Amino acid sequence: MINLPVFPIVIPALAAILMMFMPKRVQLQRGMALGALVITSIVSLFLVHTVSTEGIQTLNLGSWQAPFGITLVSDMLSALLVTTSTLLTLFIVWFAVHYFSDSYEGNYLYIAMLFLLVGVNGAFTTGDIFNLFVFFEVFLMSSYVLIVLGGRGVQLRESIKYLLVNIIASALFVMSVALLYGVTGTLNLADLAMKIPLVDNPDVITVIGVLFVIVFGMKGALVPLHYWLPGAYVVAPTPILAMFGALLTKVGIYSILRTYTLLFDGNGDFLQTFLMVLAALTIFIGMTGAIAYNDVKLIIIYNIMIAVGVILYGISVNTQTSLEGSLYYLIHDMLIKAVLFMLVGMMIGITKSGQLRDMGGLITRFPLFGWTFFVAALSLAGIPPLSGFFGKLLIVSGGMNEGELFGPLLVLISSLFVLYSVMKIFLNGFWGEAKREYDGPLAPYTKRLIVPVFLLLAIAVAYGFGAEAIHPYITQAIEPLVNPEIYIDAVIKE
Amino acid sequence: MEIFVSIIIGVLTMCAVYLVLSRSLLRIIIGTALFSHAAHLLVLTTAGLKTGAAPVLVDGVTEFTDPLPQALVLTAIVISFGVTAFFLVLAYRTYQELSTDNMEEMKGTESYD
Repeated sequence: MINLPVFPIVIPALAAILMMFMPKRVQLQRGMALGALVITSIVSLFLVHTVSTEGIQTLNLGSWQAPFGITLVSDMLSALLVTTSTLLTLFIVWFAVHYFSDSYEGNYLYIAMLFLLVGVNGAFTTGDIFNLFVFFEVFLMSSYVLIVLGGRGVQLRESIKYLLVNIIASALFVMSVALLYGVTGTLNLADLAMKIPLVDNPDVITVIGVLFVIVFGMKGALVPLHYWLPGAYVVAPTPILAMFGALLTKVGIYSILRTYTLLFDGNGDFLQTFLMVLAALTIFIGMTGAIAYNDVKLIIIYNIMIAVGVILYGISVNTQTSLEGSLYYLIHDMLIKAVLFMLVGMMIGITKSGQLRDMGGLITRFPLFGWTFFVAALSLAGIPPLSGFFGKLLIVSGGMNEGELFGPLLVLISSLFVLYSVMKIFLNGFWGEAKREYDGPLAPYTKRLIVPVFLLLAIAVAYGFGAEAIHPYITQAIEPLVNPEIYIDAVIKE
Repeated sequence: MEIFVSIIIGVLTMCAVYLVLSRSLLRIIIGTALFSHAAHLLVLTTAGLKTGAAPVLVDGVTEFTDPLPQALVLTAIVISFGVTAFFLVLAYRTYQELSTDNMEEMKGTESYD
C-alpha cells in the first residue's frame, strides 16, 4: 500500500467534490460527509498501524524522487495527528447534523468542513515546505467560508479581521519560503535539514527561523500575535468553533514543532529562548483572559491559548521527554477542546445567553450533560488519571531535567487557573438555582446532541487511562524529531 | 538587476503597510494585494534573476533560469487571486450589512451573542 499516506487527504476531498454537485440535498450531504469521515478514520487508523510496524511511510507524488518532487511523509507524529483530526471532524459533523437547521446546512457547510480536514491532514502529512503553504491555504480558505456562513453583522465584521491577519501571515509565509529557498536551494524538509547546517552564515537561518515562528505563531495565536483569536472565534457557531479551536491553532503548533526540531534546532540558543519567552507570555495572557471573562465561550477560547503556551514550552525545551509531553498534550487538547466547545455551545443554545450570570441549575434538568461537562473540565485541568495529566507531567519533568524552574512552575500554575476558570463555569452554570425557565432553541434536542460529545469524551478519557498503551506510539513519533537522521533517511533513500 | 528589484519589493511593501494601516476597507484590500505582489517578486528575486535558455528542453545548457521559483510564484499568485476575490466580496457584503467601510467603526466591543 504505497499510496497509504495520501488517502486521508484524497478521500474527504473526493467526497467534498461530489457533494458540490448537490448542495441542496441536505440528507444526502450528511450521509456522504459522515460516510467519508468514517472511511477516512478507518484508513488513518490503518496508517497508524502500518507506520508502527513498518516505519515511516513516504510517497513521492508523480514518482519524482525526493528531493525534487513533492513528498508526502507519514511518520508516527503525522499519522497520529491525522487520525485525531479525522476522528474529531467525524464527531463534530455528527454534532452539526443535529445542531444546524436544514437551510444552514444547505450552504456548502459539510463541503467546507471536509475541505478544512483536507487542508489540515495535508499540512500534517506533507514533507515539502511550499506544499505546507498550499495546504495552509486550503484549510484557511475553508475556514473563511465557515466563519462567514450565516452572515450576521458581527460575524462579517470579525471575519474581515480574521481574513486580513491570515492574508498577511500567508504573504509572510511565502516570503520566508522564498528566503529559505534562496539560501539553501531546496524546499524538501528532509533535504533542508541536511543543507541548513552547511550554510556559512547561520544568522540568516536564525532570521528565517524567527520569520517562520511569526508565520506559524499567527496561526497558533502566540502572544503577541493573538489579538485576532478571541473575536474571530467567538462569533462562529458552535460546531465550527469546535473545529477551529481543536484543529486550526494546533496546525500552527505542529508546524513550529516540525520546522523547529528539523530545521532550526542546531542553530544556537536564540530561537530556543525566543520560543520559551513566547510560550511563557502566551500562558500568562491566556490565564488572564480565562479568569477575567464571564462569557463561557471566551473562557474556553482563552484556555486554547494556555494550552498552546504549554505545548510550545515543551517544544522549546526540546528533549525526548518534553517533546513526548507536548505531543501527548497536543492530542489531548485537540480532543478535549472540541468536547468543551460543543458543551458550552449547548449551554448557550439552552439558556439563550453566553453570560454566566444568566445561567445556573442546568444539572437538575440535564444530569448527563452536567456530569459530562464536569469530567471534561477535570480532564482539561489535568486531574489524574484523566488525559491532561500525563502530558503536563512529561512537559514539567522534561523542563526540570534541563534545570529549568520558571517554565515548569508556570505550567503548573496555569493548571490551577484552568481549573478555576472551568469550575467557574461548572459552579455558576450547572449548580445553584435555575434563574428562569430555559427555553432556548437547543433545549429539546439535548439528548441527541450529547451523544457525539459523550462518545468523544469517552475517547479522551480512554486516552488518559490508556496512557501506558499509547506511550510506545508517542515515543515512536518523537524519535524522528530528536534524531532528524531517521526522518532524512526515510525520505531520501540513497 | 536583483538590487533594482529588491528596491521595488521594498517600495511595494512600504505602500502595502501604509494602505493596510488605513481606515478604508478598500484601501486595506489593495494593500494586501500589493503585499502579496511583494512576496511573489521576492520569490523570483531570491532565486536569482538570470537570463538564458530554458532549462529542461535542450541538453547541455549551462546558463539557465531556475524553473522552480516560477512554479512556486504561479501557485502563490493563483492563491492570492482567489483570496483577494473572496475578500472583495466579503467587504462588499459587510458594507451592505453594516453600512460602513470604516475600520474605526468596526471595532468589536459590544456583546457577541
